Amino acid sequence: MIAVIGGGIVGGLIAREINKYIEDVYLFEAKNSIGTGITKGNSGIIHGGYDDPPGSLRAQLCYIGNQLYDEISRELSIEVRRIGSHVIALDESELAKINELEEKAAKNNVKEYRILERNDLFDMEPNLNADALMSFYCPIAGVTEPWKVAMQSVKSVELNGGKVLKNKKLVEVKRKDNKFELSFEDGSVYTADLVINAAGLYADEVARLFGDEVPAIFPVKGEYFLLGKDVKYVNSVIFPMPSELTKGCLVIPTVDGGYLAGPTAHEVKSKQDFSTTRDGLAEVKEKSLRLVPSLDFSRNVVKTFAGLRPESREKDFYIDIGKSSVIHVSGIRSPGLTAAPAIARYVVEYLIQEKLHINLEKRKDYISHVEKIPHFVDTDYGYWVRAIEQDPEAGEIVCFCNEVTKREIREAIRNGARTIDEVKFATRISFGECQGSFCVSKILKMICEETGLEPKDVLQNEKGSWIIDSEVRTI
Amino acid sequence: MRYETDVTVIGAGGAGMAAALSAHRNGADVILIEREEESGGVLNQCIHNGFGLHYYRKDLTGPEFKETLEEELATTNVKVLEGTFVLDVSKDKKITFVNSKGIHEVKTKALVMTTGARERHFNSLGIPGDRVSGIFTAGVAQKYINLQNLKPANSALIVGSGDIGLIMARRLHLEGIEVKGVVEILPYPGGLERNVQQCLRDYNIPLYLSHSVTRVEGKNRLDKVYVSQIDEAGRIVPNSERVFNVDALITSVGLIPSVKPVEFVRTGPGFITTNTNQTTADWIFAAGNCTVIFDLVDYVAREGEKAGKYAALYAKNEYVPEERITIKKGKNINIIHPSYIDPNESTKLYVRVSKVFQRAEITVEPLGIEIIEEEARPSEMIEIHIKSFKEKRIKEIEVSAHELG
Repeated sequence: MIAVIGGGIVGGLIAREINKYIEDVYLFEAKNSIGTGITKGNSGIIHGGYDDPPGSLRAQLCYIGNQLYDEISRELSIEVRRIGSHVIALDESELAKINELEEKAAKNNVKEYRILERNDLFDMEPNLNADALMSFYCPIAGVTEPWKVAMQSVKSVELNGGKVLKNKKLVEVKRKDNKFELSFEDGSVYTADLVINAAGLYADEVARLFGDEVPAIFPVKGEYFLLGKDVKYVNSVIFPMPSELTKGCLVIPTVDGGYLAGPTAHEVKSKQDFSTTRDGLAEVKEKSLRLVPSLDFSRNVVKTFAGLRPESREKDFYIDIGKSSVIHVSGIRSPGLTAAPAIARYVVEYLIQEKLHINLEKRKDYISHVEKIPHFVDTDYGYWVRAIEQDPEAGEIVCFCNEVTKREIREAIRNGARTIDEVKFATRISFGECQGSFCVSKILKMICEETGLEPKDVLQNEKGSWIIDSEVRTI
Repeated sequence: MRYETDVTVIGAGGAGMAAALSAHRNGADVILIEREEESGGVLNQCIHNGFGLHYYRKDLTGPEFKETLEEELATTNVKVLEGTFVLDVSKDKKITFVNSKGIHEVKTKALVMTTGARERHFNSLGIPGDRVSGIFTAGVAQKYINLQNLKPANSALIVGSGDIGLIMARRLHLEGIEVKGVVEILPYPGGLERNVQQCLRDYNIPLYLSHSVTRVEGKNRLDKVYVSQIDEAGRIVPNSERVFNVDALITSVGLIPSVKPVEFVRTGPGFITTNTNQTTADWIFAAGNCTVIFDLVDYVAREGEKAGKYAALYAKNEYVPEERITIKKGKNINIIHPSYIDPNESTKLYVRVSKVFQRAEITVEPLGIEIIEEEARPSEMIEIHIKSFKEKRIKEIEVSAHELG
């Protein structure tokens, strides 16, 4: 059995990649849901790969990952919108840095970019800061829904005979012969022939359980605003000129028509600190308004949130085989989402096959395509009407903001969603301006109907995030 | 399936049901569309009394108010489509909707938008803190408790003293949930005085005026809410922080008119209308909370009734306004509705002042209307009746308020 520790994008895609060769794959996720760590709280950008430090593993895998997203999108039925990105020069000193970006792009072998003069830039992005002088435009950059990549990956694993287990926090490892005996917090024990550690923020701690050391992980918090769809701000991803430390605070159109402003980048003490802060949110406002002055933070805000990135002092991915012969995939900071499909191949094709000399053969019975329930409002009416004829629930809109039908929600629950957030990330309910005011009580009822859970047992996301205490009165 | 009709009404709350009835009484064929499985809107969950004092001259609960309208509707041939969601309203007067029977289109002569409002969500306020469950809008908490028999809290703090917040403070208290207070950022309550008395003072629930939530904390479920005093400039007063240990925060921080899916008429943020409820597209009328937020369902139903009437007359080519006079907000006026007047028809003007007055004089010039309001406050809507008039030279009307010495 091959074990993958960690059910984020990276773990999900690695498990899927291995599953193409070997059926007996287990993916262990410590939390109650898939893709809720680093995967949930990031910018959702498929980067162009031009600006990572030449020679780094990041640079090596980012561009390849970008290219692989066409296949990922097709096979996993995920929306990838290649809306392009601009890095904006706002003054003379920043103009000079555009040349540096070109040099880096050349070293990273990225050719898909253009330098846009002011007029061309404003034709494409009329709402930018009027001071903008020039942009480094990368048409292959895009956006996706990172959690969907993780969710569809694990769906693919389950479809192909692998196992995906949640609430499995690894607490102890024993070597037995050439195998690993993995003990989890809930008392369960599994024996694996090979282990891949993709534990995200906790990859350094998991490595230690195997007696290995990887570069220590420091959580770096990024805070964001999500703005609504009512106002059109930008068409593509807008970056400021990057600094040594970060790509800066951006303005990003989301896949479903809203906008993200952010992130900040501040190291925090706790790997569980997903709180937003007064200073952080103020910083996002100030910096993003410098790019797009019309962002309306007084009336157009839908929500704020924070995510954590797993940074190391080396600021590069650490993907290698430890002396325990466990494969550690650690420090997957930006552009981790973009690189993830390339990381999965690097692990399977290079580390497992070449370095560990394990010969793998592609399975003949492998099913590469994973269906998703269509978002009916985006389909053509003919298709939708036929769906309603087959199942009237396909015509019942439950989420008014994002126009999600009862059929889509029921399908998500039948596919294993048990928490409100799992339904949310599967269907986009409660992502809109009402933030679930009109639909969450109905979703809760549906989860109870489908699963037999009591309302008091339905969680928002993790253990302890209860919604209902009890009945008001016993009837 | 395709439909043709004189008047389509979107939204079957208090405004929409009254509009559909009145359009029918004025001789129109009417289709009434509701996206929820049941008509009535927020009336369904407002099981307290105080509804209908003006409109029916009776003290009704929300469900009773709705049933009164529903019973009247049942005697008509108004076609009510529940569980039906409008996907598109096109400029050529076609309305596309979806329900469990399929996707359909109505060709209509006039449209009445009575789409109500949604609650502003805590998440949109940019208040920092942890990602927790236990933060509910007052409407959601009300729905859980009153309609689903589900108790979403053991102890709660209410933020915002709008009417729904006040009503919910009492409701939670009566159901055994400890309400530790109501926090209001403004120096005066946001809801009606009668609700402050009947929902807070009567139960000794403290009201913290000029206070604001600064942070929420908890591990997965809400645990602590930090509250500070706010000075006149909106700054946090140092050392004024209080911490409330509660597992729920119930928010009543404003309602936002819903105008979707009509995108081609003027809004600000609700539909801008005339005294005959006409929007900037002459075949589209609007009434109720999708125009401005009203204090009482009585006003909403009255507006709906008027919108239904003019929509029916418009559909029959019996109402064609000649001119529109602009009504402007003058000094100390926060909200005014409607925004335009057809002088051939009478007007109910709804006004909110922008600050608290001991004794306010409200003037409507150049019509020479002056009314005196004792203790005028932004939270209480003031009604002014304007008769139809023939004075053709008036191009603009201005409403102002000032303190009487």
